[in-house]
Amino acid sequence: MIETRGLSKRFGALHVLQAVDLTIGRGRVTALVGPNGAGKTTLLKSVLGLTRPDAGIIVFDGHTLGDDESFRARIGYMPQAPRFPSNLTGAELYAMLRDLRGDARPADETLFESFDLGEQLDKPVRTLSGGTRQKINAALAFAFSPDLLILDEPTAGLDPVSSATLKDKVLADRHSGRTVIVTSHVMSDLEELADDVVFLADGRVCFAGPVWDLKRLTRQNNLERAVAELMRTRRAA
Amino acid sequence: MTAASTVRSVIAYQTRDLIRSRWLVAYTLFFALTGEGLLRYGGGESKALLSLGSIVLFVVPLVTAVFGTVYVYNSRDYTELLLAQPVRRGRLYAGLYLGFTLPLCAAVIAGVAAPLLWHRDLVEARHVGAVVSLLGTAVAMTVVFGALAFLVATCVEDRLKALGTAVAIWLLASLLYDGVVLVATVILGDHAVERPLLLLTVANPIDLARVLLVLHSDTAALMGYTGAVFTRFFGTTAGSAAAIAALSLWAALPIAFGLRAFARKDF
Repeated sequence: MIETRGLSKRFGALHVLQAVDLTIGRGRVTALVGPNGAGKTTLLKSVLGLTRPDAGIIVFDGHTLGDDESFRARIGYMPQAPRFPSNLTGAELYAMLRDLRGDARPADETLFESFDLGEQLDKPVRTLSGGTRQKINAALAFAFSPDLLILDEPTAGLDPVSSATLKDKVLADRHSGRTVIVTSHVMSDLEELADDVVFLADGRVCFAGPVWDLKRLTRQNNLERAVAELMRTRRAA
Repeated sequence: MTAASTVRSVIAYQTRDLIRSRWLVAYTLFFALTGEGLLRYGGGESKALLSLGSIVLFVVPLVTAVFGTVYVYNSRDYTELLLAQPVRRGRLYAGLYLGFTLPLCAAVIAGVAAPLLWHRDLVEARHVGAVVSLLGTAVAMTVVFGALAFLVATCVEDRLKALGTAVAIWLLASLLYDGVVLVATVILGDHAVERPLLLLTVANPIDLARVLLVLHSDTAALMGYTGAVFTRFFGTTAGSAAAIAALSLWAALPIAFGLRAFARKDF
């Protein structure tokens, strides 16, 4: 679905991405993990075109991404704990995104319903709790039936029930052929969701492959310990 | 999606957000109450209009610059969410800028015009020019300082630095400028001061607006030195045209640079 070749990005002296070569498989859930400041968000933002890489290319479904913005109609993006305009309501945010996207794609409002957002959608977002805002954030990302979902810390701030609802939705969408890239610091969440793991540290890909392969390689039987092992051996090396 | 409809929908939702903010209501009320007070106790309508003009020239640039910068930073996450949609960056910037500027213009027009309409029996035909130029000046200052604030906030990554820069621009244009003019006239003495002063006026949007305001009031007092030079050099009609042209440039250039910076920015 997505391929990056030689993707590099510097912010001043900081080399955030260093020649990243990656392939994200179609119809799979890929977990993007790594320590803070590893370049995870920068990588996601590069795919979205929010950040312009200094070198390298990104191929999305056979097309090299450039100045054409239309590919974003196929992406649903759930940013990390965003601040929305405080006087708008959830319903208005949804209407606005619908306006901007046109109605080329079928609406998928299942999350609005399963989160039971109902009347919360008619209140200004500033009056809502962090968890409710995160639910709206999630519902908006899924609302346009995107082919690719990019989820940055999706379960942060959600209670266990909502978190489970969201994970069920991710798995259901994967089942219907969607591709998902997800970052999280909650390894147990990723354990449930991920087919593949990409481990990023200091802007380099240290591991990319199926979860079972990572577990085999590190001789661990859960993802959290496998990733911890990877971080330890990296530090030792 | 067409350019116009993208820009229009960004403007529409941003306007909804802004008109619900208490801040914008306070801004409108400030001008309404000040205008009301000046018309009642300001010692004549001509004088009241001129005082109101001075207040507009002082307050509108400052408030627009500060609020504009803060607004861009507060909208950062929202901007990123919009950038992740299939929209072009240039259109988004245009929508965000207009969605900020138009409600602000509406607020200041409403605030300034309300007391004038209320006391419309006091406002005579000879004041119409002054009233129109007062409203025009308020709009021009909002458009120019909104564009400068958006440019600064787009280029400067650090929120406090951007705010500092915006305030510094205002300080330079509204306070330090008069000092510079004074020093320049003293140093240049009797030499040909006209052309340098003319250049100084064009270099300062607030002074351009002041010239415009004074050209259309029936008191020539408070014109200031550069204003007098400007009028003498151009005459009233050509002077207005020149000031309006220079002010348009002051809006167009920051908008153009802001667009370019926004198109290249990493979010």
